[in-house]
Amino acid sequence: MSDITQDDVGYVAPAENAEQDLYHPKSWITKYVFCQDAKVIAIQYASTAIAIGLVALVLSWLMRLQLGFPDSFSFIEPADYYQFITAHGMIMVVYLLTALFLGGFGNYMIPLMVGARDMAFPYVNMVSYWVYLTAVLVLIASFFVPGGPTGAGWTLYPPQAILSGTPGSDGGIILMLVSLALFIVGFTMGGLNYVVTVLQSRTRGMTLMRMPLTIWGIFTATVLALLAFPALFVGAIMMLLDRILGTSFFMPSIVELGEHLSYSGGSPILFQHLFWFFGHPEVYIVALPAFGIVSDLIAVHSRRHIFGYRMMVWAIVIIGALSFVVWAHHMYVSGMNPYFGFFFATTTLIIAIPTALKVYNWTLTLWKGNIRLNTPMLFAIGFIVTFLNGGITGLFLGNVAIDVPLSDTMFVVAHFHMVMGVAPMLVVFGAIYHWYPLITGKMYSEALGKFHFWVTFLGAYLIYFPMHYLGFVGVPRRYFELGDTQIFTESVGQLNAFISIMTFIVGFAQIVFFYNMFRSYIVGKKSEMNPWGAASLEWMTPEMPPGHGNWGKSLPLVYRWAYDYGVPGARDDFIPQNMAPKDVPMEKKARKSTRKRKS
Amino acid sequence: MAKTATGAKALQPGMAGFAGDWSSDQRAFKNVHWGKAMMWIFLLSDTFIFSCFLLSYMTVRWSTTVPWPNPSEVFGLSVGGVEVPLLLIAIMTFILISSSGTMAMAVNYGYRKNRKVTTYLILLTALFGASFVGMQAFEWSKLIHEGVRPWSNPFGAPQFGSAFFMITGFHGFHVSIGVIFLLIVARKVWRGDYDRGDRGYFTTMKGGYEHVETMGLYWHFVDLVWVFIFAFFYLW
Repeated sequence: MSDITQDDVGYVAPAENAEQDLYHPKSWITKYVFCQDAKVIAIQYASTAIAIGLVALVLSWLMRLQLGFPDSFSFIEPADYYQFITAHGMIMVVYLLTALFLGGFGNYMIPLMVGARDMAFPYVNMVSYWVYLTAVLVLIASFFVPGGPTGAGWTLYPPQAILSGTPGSDGGIILMLVSLALFIVGFTMGGLNYVVTVLQSRTRGMTLMRMPLTIWGIFTATVLALLAFPALFVGAIMMLLDRILGTSFFMPSIVELGEHLSYSGGSPILFQHLFWFFGHPEVYIVALPAFGIVSDLIAVHSRRHIFGYRMMVWAIVIIGALSFVVWAHHMYVSGMNPYFGFFFATTTLIIAIPTALKVYNWTLTLWKGNIRLNTPMLFAIGFIVTFLNGGITGLFLGNVAIDVPLSDTMFVVAHFHMVMGVAPMLVVFGAIYHWYPLITGKMYSEALGKFHFWVTFLGAYLIYFPMHYLGFVGVPRRYFELGDTQIFTESVGQLNAFISIMTFIVGFAQIVFFYNMFRSYIVGKKSEMNPWGAASLEWMTPEMPPGHGNWGKSLPLVYRWAYDYGVPGARDDFIPQNMAPKDVPMEKKARKSTRKRKS
Repeated sequence: MAKTATGAKALQPGMAGFAGDWSSDQRAFKNVHWGKAMMWIFLLSDTFIFSCFLLSYMTVRWSTTVPWPNPSEVFGLSVGGVEVPLLLIAIMTFILISSSGTMAMAVNYGYRKNRKVTTYLILLTALFGASFVGMQAFEWSKLIHEGVRPWSNPFGAPQFGSAFFMITGFHGFHVSIGVIFLLIVARKVWRGDYDRGDRGYFTTMKGGYEHVETMGLYWHFVDLVWVFIFAFFYLW
């Protein structure tokens, strides 16, 4: 792949796909509201996801108020606290991160990066967004029904999720499950689009192994989602039947408040298997797009080709495949057969190999690179560090013997927030800064961006590092308050208060981000074309931001991979993917050294 | 790679052809139009849904403490005083599998651009599908009359009724959706939309006779799923 192709004949195969038939909007409504253009749908997805994400941020503040300063806020009842936890977790994992990475970045980047005019099925793509929005609205509606939203924890484990002792067991749980089912239906429509577009509508010359890693990450994650969400869908339907019709899929024989309920013979652990068969691939549905995007950010901003491109691709695919055989590591203490623990611990630890390979390759890409420490790059490096930290605590939790004592402590909370909360969010921010000029045509304020990075990055560490310690000393998760527990020293309370204060600082710092985005959009200076000197195709559109149909008159021809940075002999330090070998501006003297190198 | 006059690629057989297709540009599945690729991927996803349903059914059948009813007796019909086990299900299965045959013929005639025969065959497929759903409705009402409910039944484990209504309901829903789309496709074939490349009402995209094949894929899938439901729920 890193062969220098200047001397090769730039052969491009003839077109196989007919020119795509696009819907051309005729009114404001079909252009901006019921729009079939993937770029507008991407922005709709991203705005909705970020808006609901802000709700989840406020919920996390309310939780931290209670944890940091117990007995100080009388408006937070224990029931409220559980509702906050549930809604926060569910929103962050499903409605924010999944929708933002796949619906947002997927929609925007896939057609541009593979050189298509739009998604394969623009109409289905549009419906996908509106179903997603409906799912979000149903979720929000659950806050306003009698009893409030469900407080079953984001994993919604039965039997407690539908028993009357759990907050929100009236309407809340029903709306939660309906909302999830809707989300899955909507996502499936979008997901089919992403997969078919990547497989079947690439431009001439764009082979799978010339795609940017962003696309590999999003593509693999979408495949995972299409195969993992069915399990959650089935789980949601069966729990709805248990709750509404009184079936006993998940409900064993139960006595509640001295009364024998009509349930009998169901299997609560079945739900856990279904949930985590979805839930673990879900971790990688969020992580793989982040892996892909961060690879591109690092390559562009260190002016170096990504180290070991093929290995990076295969690592993504292997991680995706392995993620389907590790789910029960979330269930070591569930009472399942202990022999399963051995199997699932082994497969879990095997995932560390391709993941470590990726971290090494990112580091080796940076090595001797011409690193520009601008905002997207800072976020990318922040991601590597954070993900490494989160991954290492994952090795603790993947082992049965260490997981059992750490289970249900703050250590777990710290681990998964590090690895699938902070790390992907850093990539989201990095990616937004990186592609902001492309999407808006304006340049953001670098100073505000750096300020945003340092507060967010350092703040996140100050929040989650102490939480590991709390977990080690045994502070349980999901507890409304610790009360007069003798085993915890006073410092536990002080640390909790410190963490709570930090969450407010980091949360409020995000205002800087939004201010930067809005202000730059209105008064920011116009960005030049391809401001970063990136080689990948999304920057090669005739207009910036790209217009309807992306490519103007004719589709681009692709002659090389997306990482031709610092090619010896070339005049510029990057060669765009769509530049024919004969057109590459060369340094005259260095002509000899550009002979094809044996790979 | 050899190319035909229309730009469609002549496919190479074997592993070399497979590797060649996947390492090429533009399309990983050569000569496969987008709708067909999408349907295959959707069906893969749907396979996981039905697999989860069937695995969940097996799990609750094993977790429940009450004996499982004997399907041969529950699903028996009495014809002229003789109890015939699984009679209705056998007829339903026969009809659904026959409908797959007519669907396959419809696809063939569609690619030959024989509008009339294609329409008749699709309508026949839809008729088979509708009668399947009708018989399923009959079976449901018969069982409901006998006191089978999603939450309990007179024959044994309550999960029997739960799993029965849920799985056959979900499958019947698929068949019903299929019948509706078969009627839509039949109308389009009849009017000649696919000959002229008329634009769809919702999608505003041009359609061709590949739509009949895509529809056929879905229909065969629904049929195949029924075979598994038949084997795991009725025969076991």
